[in-house]
Amino acid sequence: MEIGPYIMLASLEGAVTAAVLALTACGLSLVFGVMRVVNIAHGEFFMLGAVIAWWVAQGIAGHPALGFAAALVVAPVVVGAVAVAADVTILRHLDYDPERTIVATIGLLYIIQQLTLMTYGPEARPVQAPFSTRIALPWLEHGPEGWQVIWPWGLGTTTYKLAVIGAAVAVLLGVWALMARTRIGLLMRATQMDREMALAFAIPVERVYALVFGLGAGLAALAAVLIVPIQQAHYLMGGDPLLLSFVVVIIGGLGSLPGTVLAAVLIGLSDGIISVFFSPTLAKILATLLVGLVLVFRPQGLFGVRAP
Amino acid sequence: MLELDAVSAGYGRAQVLRQVSLRVAAGEILCLLGRNGAGKTTAMKAIMGLLPLMGGAVRLDGIEVSRLPAHHVPKAGIGYVPQGRRLFAGLTVAQNLEIGLRAGGADATTLEEVLALFPRLGDRFRQRAQTLSGGEQQMLATARALCLRPRALLLDEPTEGLQPSMIEAIRDVIIRMRAAGVAVLMVEQRVDAVLPVADRVTFLETGCVTETLPAETLRADHGIVERYIGV
Repeated sequence: MEIGPYIMLASLEGAVTAAVLALTACGLSLVFGVMRVVNIAHGEFFMLGAVIAWWVAQGIAGHPALGFAAALVVAPVVVGAVAVAADVTILRHLDYDPERTIVATIGLLYIIQQLTLMTYGPEARPVQAPFSTRIALPWLEHGPEGWQVIWPWGLGTTTYKLAVIGAAVAVLLGVWALMARTRIGLLMRATQMDREMALAFAIPVERVYALVFGLGAGLAALAAVLIVPIQQAHYLMGGDPLLLSFVVVIIGGLGSLPGTVLAAVLIGLSDGIISVFFSPTLAKILATLLVGLVLVFRPQGLFGVRAP
Repeated sequence: MLELDAVSAGYGRAQVLRQVSLRVAAGEILCLLGRNGAGKTTAMKAIMGLLPLMGGAVRLDGIEVSRLPAHHVPKAGIGYVPQGRRLFAGLTVAQNLEIGLRAGGADATTLEEVLALFPRLGDRFRQRAQTLSGGEQQMLATARALCLRPRALLLDEPTEGLQPSMIEAIRDVIIRMRAAGVAVLMVEQRVDAVLPVADRVTFLETGCVTETLPAETLRADHGIVERYIGV
């Protein structure tokens, strides 16, 4: 087989990574953009989403799609509620001070992680996909009778992976519409631009913050529910999404949602392709190197705006 | 009437205002005059609840607004035009005004009235605030505050860095607000910027009120100003 089908396969895998990463990173970017809080516990919200998805899917009998659909709703809501509680009880009392919130969210990371280990245990457990039909993909080849369609062995994907990409795109469009088209989005953007003036114009900043923190965590949880039929739930699974989310958010420009999505596609696709042809470790090395280069040559990120 | 009663405030542990007392009656323009660092902007922020008070109280028509959380202060009827305008730069003119309208619970007729005061903003309605000229931005900042139908209006150096025609336009609106019964508290550094409109002038020096005089007296004798602020 030539190299073409391999690249296509790697891009498809990369697109799934990119989709999930875009959701996770958007949550991180939203929290940083509006609240100026660097949330180190973001990866644990992701993990919590996956673990809750397993609990829910486990608890509901019948067709796996039922359990999965319930998890899709329950996990983001529960994780969002945990995040709101963390905001109200911890971050608010630190006055959202940038340094102290970093330390506080590191603490939150360990609390969530260890509580999960104590209750859920150290095993990795799968959630069954609601549907997963294999689709073989065609390839064009120049043979003796001219161009012809062939079906290379191993070139294929599943309906579920395509659905993950579709769902991520739909949710991202939803987030965009929320920010750009609704009143609460307007209040969030105003708070992001000038917190003090938001207060001076009657915007309940504390409530906006709690909502944004919950929304950010909910997005991470949703991403995790989508990926858990492919990857399994495990109490240490939050590390990679956290690292990659930071990579994406820094490259895209802190607080810029379009930049975040574009960077997620870039990093996700290159991660998929490099992982297939070389090794996943090399993919992470290159992504981190790219962050270093961006920080040196364009500190505001590719799409960020330099602070005035 | 807007009333500051022995207000002390500052940043962290650094006290800036010491026992500042002021009264601005409805339909009056009081100007707060003082040098850089005298505490003028701090006084504005203290009124808006953006700084915690170390002592004293701020009242509007008898209601103690200094006991309210910061985001309820504008709802009580205080409009704030901050120094440097501080618009929501990435939002459009329309969205900036919408936030003001929402803050005061006002409706579309208020918006029409405000746009009638500043017709230029109507032409720029869908433009982002950051693309406006300096004068237009000052108009927008003022309009945003007027959108909440304030009973007290705080203006922090509203004519700073504007060309004369713009200064005139802003001044006109301030005078109209006085006629409509709004209590106007204005902060300025330059005395010639306030004398044409002020009713009374309060001098602020290192966080203390040193004197309050009718503007008439100052217009008659410029020497007094030099004595108080040494410019």
